[in-house]
Amino acid sequence: MSAPLSPEQKVIHFLNRTSFGPTPKEVQKVARVGFRAYLNEQLQPETILDNSIDEKVAELKTMRMNSRELFELYPPASVAKERGMAMAGAMNAPRFIILELQQARLLRAVQSQRQLYEMMVDFWSNHFNVFAAKGADRWLMTSYDRDTIRPRALGKFRDLLLATAQSPAMLFYLDNWLSVAPNTAAARMPAMVQRRGINENYAREIMELHTLGVDGGYNQQDVHEIARCFTGWTLRRPRGDAEFYFEPRLHDQGAKTVLGTRIPAGGGMDDGIKVIDLLARHPATEKFIATKLVRRLVADDPPAVSVQRAAEAFRRSDGDIRLVLQTIIEAPEFFAPEAYRAKVKKPLEYVASALRITEAETKVSHQLLRYLGRMGEPLFLAQPPTGYPDVGASWISPDMLLTRMNFAADLVANRLDGARVQTQSARDNQAFIRLIAPDSLSTATRAALAETAGSDALALLLAAPEFQRR
Amino acid sequence: MDRSRRTFIKSAGLGFLALGLPPPFLVRAAGTEQAVRGKVLVVVFQRGGMDGLNVVVPFKDRAYYALRPSIAVAEPAAGEERALDLDGFYALHPALATLKNIYDKGQLAIIHAAGSPDNTRSHFDAQDYMEVGTPGIKSTPDGWLNRCLNGRPISDSPFRGVAVSPQTPRIMSGTAPALTISSIEEFRLRNAGVAPALQRLYANSADPLFRRGGDSLFDAMARLRAVEAKIPPSTASYPAGKFAVGLKQIARLIKADVGLEIAFSEIEGWDTHVAEGGATGQLANRLRELGDGLAAFYQDLGDRMEDVVLVTLSEFGRTARENGNRGTDHGHANVMFVIGPRVRGGKVYGRWPGLAPEVLYEGRDLDLTTDYRSVCSEILARHMGQRDVTKIFPGFRASSPMGLIV
Repeated sequence: MSAPLSPEQKVIHFLNRTSFGPTPKEVQKVARVGFRAYLNEQLQPETILDNSIDEKVAELKTMRMNSRELFELYPPASVAKERGMAMAGAMNAPRFIILELQQARLLRAVQSQRQLYEMMVDFWSNHFNVFAAKGADRWLMTSYDRDTIRPRALGKFRDLLLATAQSPAMLFYLDNWLSVAPNTAAARMPAMVQRRGINENYAREIMELHTLGVDGGYNQQDVHEIARCFTGWTLRRPRGDAEFYFEPRLHDQGAKTVLGTRIPAGGGMDDGIKVIDLLARHPATEKFIATKLVRRLVADDPPAVSVQRAAEAFRRSDGDIRLVLQTIIEAPEFFAPEAYRAKVKKPLEYVASALRITEAETKVSHQLLRYLGRMGEPLFLAQPPTGYPDVGASWISPDMLLTRMNFAADLVANRLDGARVQTQSARDNQAFIRLIAPDSLSTATRAALAETAGSDALALLLAAPEFQRR
Repeated sequence: MDRSRRTFIKSAGLGFLALGLPPPFLVRAAGTEQAVRGKVLVVVFQRGGMDGLNVVVPFKDRAYYALRPSIAVAEPAAGEERALDLDGFYALHPALATLKNIYDKGQLAIIHAAGSPDNTRSHFDAQDYMEVGTPGIKSTPDGWLNRCLNGRPISDSPFRGVAVSPQTPRIMSGTAPALTISSIEEFRLRNAGVAPALQRLYANSADPLFRRGGDSLFDAMARLRAVEAKIPPSTASYPAGKFAVGLKQIARLIKADVGLEIAFSEIEGWDTHVAEGGATGQLANRLRELGDGLAAFYQDLGDRMEDVVLVTLSEFGRTARENGNRGTDHGHANVMFVIGPRVRGGKVYGRWPGLAPEVLYEGRDLDLTTDYRSVCSEILARHMGQRDVTKIFPGFRASSPMGLIV
């Protein structure tokens, strides 16, 4: 593996890392316009026409609704009962909202022309994870995806951090909406009796998971001080027209010291903004975000030099995500032989890449989504704030591996609801091999292919270790 | 995998069967004197940080009621919604009534104020530390259950270590092969025609990660077919929910004698920051699922429970004082359960540190008086025959045994 990548391998590698998997069309396009022009276009998704996918997503009716409309149409069972609503099964249960979110995510991964952008939406959703099945988040997730993450996935990190901090979904998920200074007069008002104290959950996770990283050099006192800064950052009508607002009567007006920086008394809502600014531009954050992005784009064990370069780009550009991505992808380590097929596809990548390479006609079905769940990645449903892991060994337990093999078999045999593939001839398999492993299909895989025929050969190819990696 | 040993065991197996002896994976291999055959350790992880103070209630410590005005569980007395007296000082949450029966039979031991000594209050870190078995040290590459498997090469059964979990948990990950499974019935290839070619493809793969993955997958599938034929699904009344489904699978594997030594299961939903509830409510519902699941497992195994010790872990306890949302935040010491006929149960172990402000850990949490590694070391030594537990918990010196295991 020490020989430099061949031109064909480079193209496949590039598409494996900047999209949800190569297709014949995209391979031709990269060959035609070159890496740099292709990347520049992908980094400007607003310039890419994507009508076809926009229309398909628009057919999912919950995608355009606000949280009040969602709550009205898909109320919890208790409310539905009170109203005497005739429950038409799962069709107007809150679960349906999550189902449409999952459908849209997978559909976009498979069919959007803005592949790098969709990859980054997936990355940031996981980085700023919210568990869609936690209480009111069932009605807040749609807006979180559409209004918080998607508009900023290639913007400035600081904007993303602030937007998530003020998003109803995050305020609810990590309980900050309930966190109030214990001794304010308002905290003793009857309406506030549900929330009488400080809650440190968000304060801890914003440092550990969103910015500095767990080794980022903070202590329990910093957690407590940041929690004080964010008191009063709360939520109106979590089950309805949910909206962020700052409630000064719930805010701890005293002075705070965060990571050695003094925040004077009486700052009000500005205390939280100061924390966001401090964290977004902290050296530990630059390194932490750079490490996660390099892990995503290059290797599980991120090369130190790549991380350094990316962190430097982050600092220079004040956290411009486009520039950091460009720096990582255009650095020599990106095309190093050690990086070639070094990443194991996570389930979303595996399923999407299989549907892309077979050019399957896709209408995302429950069965497809169930497969994703059994491979270990039910979309929008990572319960812990860590989100899903991004290292290969997490995704290949026997059970997960078996599910991948069964998915490949079902897909090729056209047994999957919502995915239709054309039957393949032996000649087509050569085309698939060029998209999966140009010049380097293993002896083991070649031998196994030689003893299978027809669509079984394609099932085998999609189940083989080569296609489990990207 | 040591090929020569595997070949030896497989060929030797035929001889054992001919002589009417148990299958070879139940027989201790030469040179592993300390490993005891046929014993099973089941670890249940309660993710999210269980509120031990509301599970085993120190009702005679009046500070408990002062700290928790809206969520405390009422002390034992006649009537509904009251804690169940254990020993005149502690009482069990009423949702755990089925476990109380096992306690009364002397087969459930409780350790209070136990847990991991590290002071982190991050779920992620605290779980990680508890699972790798070296609190405060993150660089430990493997989980302590995996080290247990490595330390007792009794057999090469793919079922020596089984995690019923969507992903291989940290506690079970490492160099010893371990299986992650969610359902015995569905654990099969849907296109049987390509199975042989696929198996050869993985076996010959130059990609070590996938070669190992394929190896354990195909081996496990073959043996599960044998289990299915031999052991019908249980008829014990397990409660609904994936936790109980998991325990049911573990019970079936134990009954099938497939060489299971260490099983792992997990139950989520303990992170009760808001509206935790007291005798009823959110925590009570989680406890009912836990307790009824464990009781069904115990009943399902019947005599086979003789070989089993089950222990529960949770990454940390919760703040002694209830928070402003009628819930509790991340705390420190917690409660552990140890279940089995060979357990000296019917007793609450551990020194009670008290709940007065000056004895609370960092001024807010129940202090820790028993390291979870002491409890696990004792089980490993006395039940599993692990002589040198420092190999499992490096750098840890266990306190003198509490006498948990007969």
